[in-house]
Amino acid sequence: MEYRELRALVDVSFDIHRGEFFGIAGQNGSGKSTLLKILASIYRPDAGRVRMAGRLAPFIELGVGFNQELTARENVVINGVLMGLTKREARRRLDAVLDFAELHDFAELKLKNYSSGMLVRLAFAVMVQADADIMLVDEVLAVGDMGFAQKCMDVFYEKRDAGKTIVLVSHDMGAVQALCHRAMLIHDAEIAYLGQPEEVAMRYYRLNFAEERSDGAGRGPALPDINARVVEARLEDDSGQPVENVAQGAPLFLDLVIEARRDLVDPMFVIQVMNAESVVVFSIRRTLGDGRGELRAGDRVRLAGRIENSLVPGKYFLDCWVRRSREQGDLAVQGLRLREFVVYGTAPRDGVVSVSADLEAVQVEGRGT
Amino acid sequence: MSTEVHDVALKEVAGPSALGGGWRRALELLSLIAVADFKKAYFGTALGYLWSICRPLMLFGVLLAVFTQVFRIGSDVPNYPVLLLFNIVLFGFFQEATTTAVTSIVSQESVVRKTQFPRLVIPLAVVLTTGFNLGLNLVVVFVFILAWGIDPTATWLLFPVVLVLLFVLTTAVSMIVSSLYPRFRDTAILWSVAATVLFYGSPVLYPIERVPSTFQDVLLINPFTPLLELARKWVIDPTAPSPAETAGGFAGLLPAIAIYIGVCLFAVWSFRREAPRIAEQL
Repeated sequence: MEYRELRALVDVSFDIHRGEFFGIAGQNGSGKSTLLKILASIYRPDAGRVRMAGRLAPFIELGVGFNQELTARENVVINGVLMGLTKREARRRLDAVLDFAELHDFAELKLKNYSSGMLVRLAFAVMVQADADIMLVDEVLAVGDMGFAQKCMDVFYEKRDAGKTIVLVSHDMGAVQALCHRAMLIHDAEIAYLGQPEEVAMRYYRLNFAEERSDGAGRGPALPDINARVVEARLEDDSGQPVENVAQGAPLFLDLVIEARRDLVDPMFVIQVMNAESVVVFSIRRTLGDGRGELRAGDRVRLAGRIENSLVPGKYFLDCWVRRSREQGDLAVQGLRLREFVVYGTAPRDGVVSVSADLEAVQVEGRGT
Repeated sequence: MSTEVHDVALKEVAGPSALGGGWRRALELLSLIAVADFKKAYFGTALGYLWSICRPLMLFGVLLAVFTQVFRIGSDVPNYPVLLLFNIVLFGFFQEATTTAVTSIVSQESVVRKTQFPRLVIPLAVVLTTGFNLGLNLVVVFVFILAWGIDPTATWLLFPVVLVLLFVLTTAVSMIVSSLYPRFRDTAILWSVAATVLFYGSPVLYPIERVPSTFQDVLLINPFTPLLELARKWVIDPTAPSPAETAGGFAGLLPAIAIYIGVCLFAVWSFRREAPRIAEQL
């Protein structure tokens, strides 16, 4: 019989400190969920060890163990015990959980009659009230509506400030950067990078773009609209007609409208052009006015104008990062995938850009003559 | 705020196991889940408990008709109908608990794969829930026994010993089949056949003394034989032979006792061996 051995994690060694918000990023199948399951004592590693101080909420998903046939009250107690509380503690915190979830009136209702929004609220409330020292969170922000995602974020900030340790596994680089002190990128079962969340996000996006090219498909990775959203992103030619392809040397006209999904203080917009090798060819930074400015949720910003085109022929990706300004630590709030375009032309493809050069080749007399 | 987590020592994480998360947590989860399952079974349907007693009663009715009217095996056994009902309820507990236990861990897939759940709690909860059911059924059976005209005797007080032994055996077998099933899916089919063989191979339908002596030797290695004999002697018919008498002395019981202990030890070994890997098998 033939079989292939798949090693989900190899030589993964790292420390997470008390009170740290630690992010783990990676593509599907990279091994990040396996790692989380090892931390949660769901899987046993074939080699190596894990050490931990304090009480861990051994959950990697919200609402695990909820029983549809039981009432909210019963479920909260069972879930509390699963979270590591004793039965008595779980009963004592019942009211606090129902308060937090704003579901006091529905305590005796069976979960099968709950809406999905109510379920998520209840599950999240149990997790928050279980008050473990260490929490593991797998894509929690993917659930619920915008308002709830906001509430999750607020709770995470609170927990972080209270000295709790949180390990967040996410595809959402916006959340990783906004929340995490440090982050780790896992690729092909190994640690590809450990350190600044911003760098993790960059590398993660590059991996995704590289992957996508090898697929041949033109779809972008799903980037959730947590903090900002693209309303419109157009490339135009000099007559104002939208275009997909641009002739080599012809200027690019960009018309971009971004809407803030939450209040953003002193935002900075970074437009980035990346080539097919995932190399950032150039980037342009713009702030509102003199760099001071506040966007309320729902406000829109237009970035439009002419960009000189010295790109060599090939396929390009246009991205935008919405960041907080320098003084605030230059946190990237969110990366937005705008569009891809092709520069066509006949010029040789050597190098990354073609620049106009005032350079001549002149034969001069040599010794040969 | 951060003082809460101040003095905690760094501890090795043991990984998933049968009792992962500690005894106390496992016991609390066990009681919560068994009670919840029981409620679910009886408050979910209109007739609730009535349905669960219906099943053994109907089986009893059919078998009673067959074995007193057709095969006539039971017509000259003292108190055959009550004995039959009693045996069906006791063996039914074992059969129902173990067959439900086979797939129990797989059907609880989400908790096993997404949280640190003490694996042992799952089959134990099945045994406990079925045990509540047995308790209710026994009430009906004892009413039946009294109505039949059997007078209570002092040996009734010994009956809990049989119950405990039956519980332990049922738990052990449940642990074995539930731990093997995630890896060997054939377990479910094999076990349903084995349970049927065991039903006919135990003195449920017939009293042991009616079995030809060549087959008695086979029946005697079955741990259910002495259990059901004890139950019969202590509760229904004090004149029935004791297990040692049918076995021709205490030594004759040793194979059954050895198998009983062997099954229990194998259960612990098998479950401990499989528990850490179960999440990956699902």
